[in-house]
This record gives sequence, structure tokens and C-alpha cells, in this order.
Amino acid sequence: MINLSKKKNPMPEQNPDIRKRNFLEVSEGYTEEMAVNEAMRCLNCRTRPCVSGCPVMVNIPEFIEKIAVGEYEEAYRIINTTSSLPAICGRVCPQESQCEGKCVRGIRDEPVAIGRLERFAADWHAKNPGNADFETKSPNSHRVAVVGAGPAGLACAGDLINMGYDVTVYESLHKLGGVLVYGIPEFRLPKEIVAAEVSALEAKGVKFITNAIIGKSITVDELIKEEKFEAVFVGTGAGLPSFMNIPGENLLGVCAANEYLTRINLMKAYLPEYDTPIIRAKKIAVVGGGNVAMDAARCAMRMGAEEVYIIYRRSEEEMPARAEEVHHAKEEGIDFRLLTNPVRILGDEEGHVTGIECVKMAQGEVDASGRRSPVEIPDSNFVIEADCIIMAIGTKLNRLILNTTENLKANKRGGIEVNEKSATNRPEIFAGGDAVTGAATVIKAMGAGKTAAAGIDEYLNNKPE
Amino acid sequence: MKKYEIISKEKLNENITRLVIYCPLVAGKAKPGQFIILRTDEFGERIPLTMAGHNEADGTIVLIYAAVGRTTMLMDQMAEGDCFADIAGPLGKPTEMEGLKKVCVVGGGTGNALAYPIASGMHNNGIEVDMIAGFKNSELVILEEDFRNNTDKTYIVTDDGSYGEKAFTTDKLRTLLEQGNQYDEIVAVGPPVMMKLVCGIAAEFGIKSVASLTAYMIDGTGMCGGCRVTIGGEDRFVCVDGPEFDGSLVDWDELVMRNAYYKEQEAYDRAHVCRFTGGVRYSD
Repeated sequence: MINLSKKKNPMPEQNPDIRKRNFLEVSEGYTEEMAVNEAMRCLNCRTRPCVSGCPVMVNIPEFIEKIAVGEYEEAYRIINTTSSLPAICGRVCPQESQCEGKCVRGIRDEPVAIGRLERFAADWHAKNPGNADFETKSPNSHRVAVVGAGPAGLACAGDLINMGYDVTVYESLHKLGGVLVYGIPEFRLPKEIVAAEVSALEAKGVKFITNAIIGKSITVDELIKEEKFEAVFVGTGAGLPSFMNIPGENLLGVCAANEYLTRINLMKAYLPEYDTPIIRAKKIAVVGGGNVAMDAARCAMRMGAEEVYIIYRRSEEEMPARAEEVHHAKEEGIDFRLLTNPVRILGDEEGHVTGIECVKMAQGEVDASGRRSPVEIPDSNFVIEADCIIMAIGTKLNRLILNTTENLKANKRGGIEVNEKSATNRPEIFAGGDAVTGAATVIKAMGAGKTAAAGIDEYLNNKPE
Repeated sequence: MKKYEIISKEKLNENITRLVIYCPLVAGKAKPGQFIILRTDEFGERIPLTMAGHNEADGTIVLIYAAVGRTTMLMDQMAEGDCFADIAGPLGKPTEMEGLKKVCVVGGGTGNALAYPIASGMHNNGIEVDMIAGFKNSELVILEEDFRNNTDKTYIVTDDGSYGEKAFTTDKLRTLLEQGNQYDEIVAVGPPVMMKLVCGIAAEFGIKSVASLTAYMIDGTGMCGGCRVTIGGEDRFVCVDGPEFDGSLVDWDELVMRNAYYKEQEAYDRAHVCRFTGGVRYSD
């Protein structure tokens, strides 16, 4: 029986006034009753547009059907056949522009809450241990190295170990998970979920080596020649943060979102027992409109700031952040200053930030990105007082692997060049995620990791012995 | 030997300690001028430290540090056989040596520990090296034998004249230059104020200068953006573009200002090393 309710089952959430001062997870997850009720909103339509919206093609109507009849473990198994990290994707995917954006029910009403149901199935699986592990092929003794333990690397390693490969993952930081541990905050993605996904891979036989900087400690060529890996996947993520190149960016109290978030998430600056120093400011302005900007703003609020601003040069419609994050940020009292662009950062005699001078923007013609390009309104300058400015306007590409690997080709943007199978110009080297595309999403990186795993399998199967 | 184990620990003076640490992944690749990032334990900061040496055959690296911050104070409380939680590296670009015939290396205080691998590395590569090692007083002098054995000329100077010649490193450098010594390059490693002055003198004499910079850093691989410095009016990152830069192009005042950003929190943390925990904290 179809549930004809026009709206999604609301997600139980911590009260905004309370959660804006703690790091506990904002969304508490559906109960069984809510999940079943929501699953019954799915029409199980024949065209399955939701599946085509998913970068890893999860069999969405099939898993939702299982939730509707209470077969949660089976629902999880269906998701797991194509997605390695469902508990993570259910939480951080931009569903509104992927699966849910294509849902037939979304034409008239709210789409089915696919992300919340995915999360429900994954969390149910995690809370009910003792379920049989999924089939993996027997070990084939072919060795593959994965560089970077972020979403691309973990997804690639997960698929490769399931295919029977001997997989070793190298990570430059001391913790595994990449952006899932240093970037995305605890209140959006609890770190124990990432740790559980990593342990699951370890249990299957994936080896992890931390503090190993490929390109410095060992090069990709050495992994192949000396360590005898037959194929290497490079999923090293994005590089240095971009700045705006406006006056005042090196004043005290200006930092990149990468640094602010890493201090808080990886280095746990919000917990008193950790030594990590962190900017403690009263008025924090975050420049940018993506998920990273939302994360930084919401962290700033939780670190005790009195006022937190988002400064974004386009309108809300064009914000790349997940709709839910924007909604949550507003509920938590983040002050959105849209169609506003910084022109310089102001400081006092000692070099401390005192504010940010901005100019108002109007919406102009549609630009190459398909969005209306913002145009400066002359003489509309004004100052927002702030004692900390966080730049969240994207990242550049990291050249470390390209600079230290022989004959590895770069693409036009400066990332590693790959074909549709994630293969580089060197047959034994594959690459994917932000290292190829520049800053993108967790799920796209995972998708690239999975494509690469298939590509590596094909390459090694066809390679003459 | 365990990963990141302290093989030997030796006090060089009241404040400065030399550690030899088992860390084969770094030792196999390290070159003079490069640094590592370490964490003492789960609750510790990630701090960058330039290596004072390494031994590829033993898989060890050498760190010489002054106990001035919380992390280095915690390191003081670690003993031989203890292990660091993490050591990652080698990071940064190695010291440029190509085309150099004669170089003067100027070290100030603890900076001498980091100047040593650069000076000896150059010397071992056939470059003639004059070393000026400056200290506050006789009790703080470190590495004298090492410098004498691994450079062409070593000048030890102290601020108060209690050992060696009574002079600042800048005075000694100026004297050597005025005496007609010719250098292809002058390398400065020490407190920013000293490096700024040394690089200024080099410029006066039309000689290229190189300074080894320190900055706040988290990952050390070009991700966090915390270590940005202004070099010749442009943003550069100490971790991937440095740590050594053309001394004549460094915005020294900005560097000093930025490096003092967390001063208050650091002072608080320092004051709490012993009273709170009594040393390095252990956790599983």
C-alpha cells in the first residue's frame, strides 16, 4: 500500500538552540516505524529515475521495498552491493541534486527521503551485529596499492578486497578517512561511523599504513618497482586552499576553512583534553557558499562565537551546499549575507582582523556555470565587523604525485588526467576523486574509486603474466 | 625496534636535547633542510621540526629541539624506549646545493641544530662551508665538535663573550665579508630577527641569501594553508614551497606577527604540562 503523504517523514533532530553549542550529531535518524512509513511513500515506479541520479547506481527502489516490509538487513545488503560506505553517503550526499532530485514523487510533493532511508538501513546494520558478512572472492595474491584513505581510496580498496586483491592503503595523516575525518564535522558525520567502515575493511584484510606521504616517503614509481605493487590507485584529494587575493588576507584571524576544520575535526580542538590551539573569536565571517563554508560556520557557532556570518556573492538558489545544511545553518542562527562579495579585510595596528569590507552584488546574465553571474553594484561598499575571517572558496590541485611520478599526465585543470575507466596514461596507475576533478563531493569520489577498482581488475586480468 | 621509538636521548645543554628516533620510512628519503611532523600522543598537536640528521642504514632520524612549547616540553619527559604516536615525512624541499662553491651558514641558538645538517650536507657535497654559530653564552653552546669536524671553518661566537669570540652572528658575518671573503650564498637559520638581519647584510654585499622558515602547520603536505608566508609580495606555503626561501624576498614582519598568533593559548598550555598530567599522556 502506498503512503500518499505529500511530505517526507520529518527527521528527528536536536533542538537548534541546544545543538548549536554542541558537537553531537544533529540528525538523530529514523525510528523503524518512521522508516517503514517513509519507505511506503515509494511508488516503486518502473522508470527508476532515482537510480540514474546516483553516481554509484544504488538499487534504490529495491532497498526501499525491503525496508517497507521490515527486511532491514536485506535492504543494507542491496545498498552494499554497489555502495561501500552507505552510513556515510546517507548522511553527506547532496540527495536533492542526485537521487531525490529525480524522484517521481518530487514532481508534485516532496521526494521520498532516500538519503534518510539509506542511513537507516546502514545504522540498523551497524547496531545489529552478528549478521553474516558478504561474500568476497578468495584471495588472488595480486597486490594493489591505494594512495589516500579518503572516500575515493576507501571505496576503491573496498571493491578490490571484495574481488580478492591484496590491498594496501597509504595515508599521509595519522587518521584514516581523509576529508571524512579532517573536513566533515562530528555533528554531521560522527567519526565512529568512519572508524567502523575502516575497521570493516581491515577485517576483510585491507592493510593501512598511516604517516606515509606518497611522493615524499615513497614515490608511486617505487611502490611499483620496489614494493612490487602491480597497480596503484591515486586518490590523494584536493590541494591547497584558494584565497581571494584581496588586501588583508594575511592578517591575524584569517584562515582557510581547511585549517579551521582540520584543527577542530582531526585535531579535536573542541575537546579540552587535546592540545590543539584554535581561533576563539566572537564574530566570525565565513566566505563561501558550499558545504565547507556551512561546516566552518556551524563549527564556529559551536566553538562559542556570538555572531557567525556566511558571505556569498550569489543568491541562495546558486549555493552549492546541500539544502539540508543551509537549512540547519539558518536554524542555528547563522546570518546569511547573500549577493555580497568581500573586497578587503580590515585590521588594527597589531595586525588583528577587525572586519571585512564587502560590496553588494546584483544578478546579471547566465554564465558558463549555468548560474546568473553576480555583478558589483557600484558604491555599495559596507563593513561587517568580525574578529575572524574563514575563507571557504575552494581548493587548488595538489601537484605532489604529478611532480614525483615519471611521465604521469596532467589534465587541463592541473589534476591527474584519466579516461572513463579512471585509468591514467600509465597503464598500471589509476586515479580518481578530487585529485582528478578538483573539489567535488564524497559520493563522486567514491564513484571514481569504484570505477578505478573495476578498471584495475580489468587491467590485471588482461595483463600477460 | 618499534616504530617511532626513541633510541637515544641526550641533553646538549640546559634547554636543548638530541633525540635519535627509529623511523625508517623517513630516514630512507630524508635530505638536509627537510622536516617532519610529529605528534607525541593521541592528544598532542602536530608540530613541524626540521631534521638535524638521519641515518638511512639504521632507519633513524635525529631531532634536536629546545623545550619552549607544550609539545617540546612533553618530548622532554619522554625517555629512551618511549614511542611517538606519529612521525610523518620527509617534508618540504631539500636544501638547494647545485652550483654552489663556497657558502657561509649562520646559525643562531637552537637554529644551529637545524643549520648543522645543512652545513655538513653542503660540506659533504664538496662545497666549502664557513660556519658562524652564535649563542647567548658559553653554557648554551652546542654541536661545536660536529661543526668543527664537518665544515671548513667554524666560528663560535657568544653574545657575552663567555666562550669563543664576543660578537653577534651578524657582526661576525660582516667582519668576514669586510675581510674579503667571497660567498655564493649565505644561509640563515635561527630566530626570525637574526635571519632578517643576516639576509639584509647579504643583500648589502650583493650576495644571495637563503632563510629556513618555521610556521604553524597541520598536515605539512599542502592541504591546510596555515603556513602561508609572503615571499616577494606573493603567497607561498612553507610546507610545500619551503621551508627555505630567498631571504631578500621574505616579509619578515608578517612572519613574526603570524607566528605569535596562538601565543596566549600556548602560554596556557605550557603552564599546564606538569601540574595537570605530569607528562605524556597514554591512551589506547
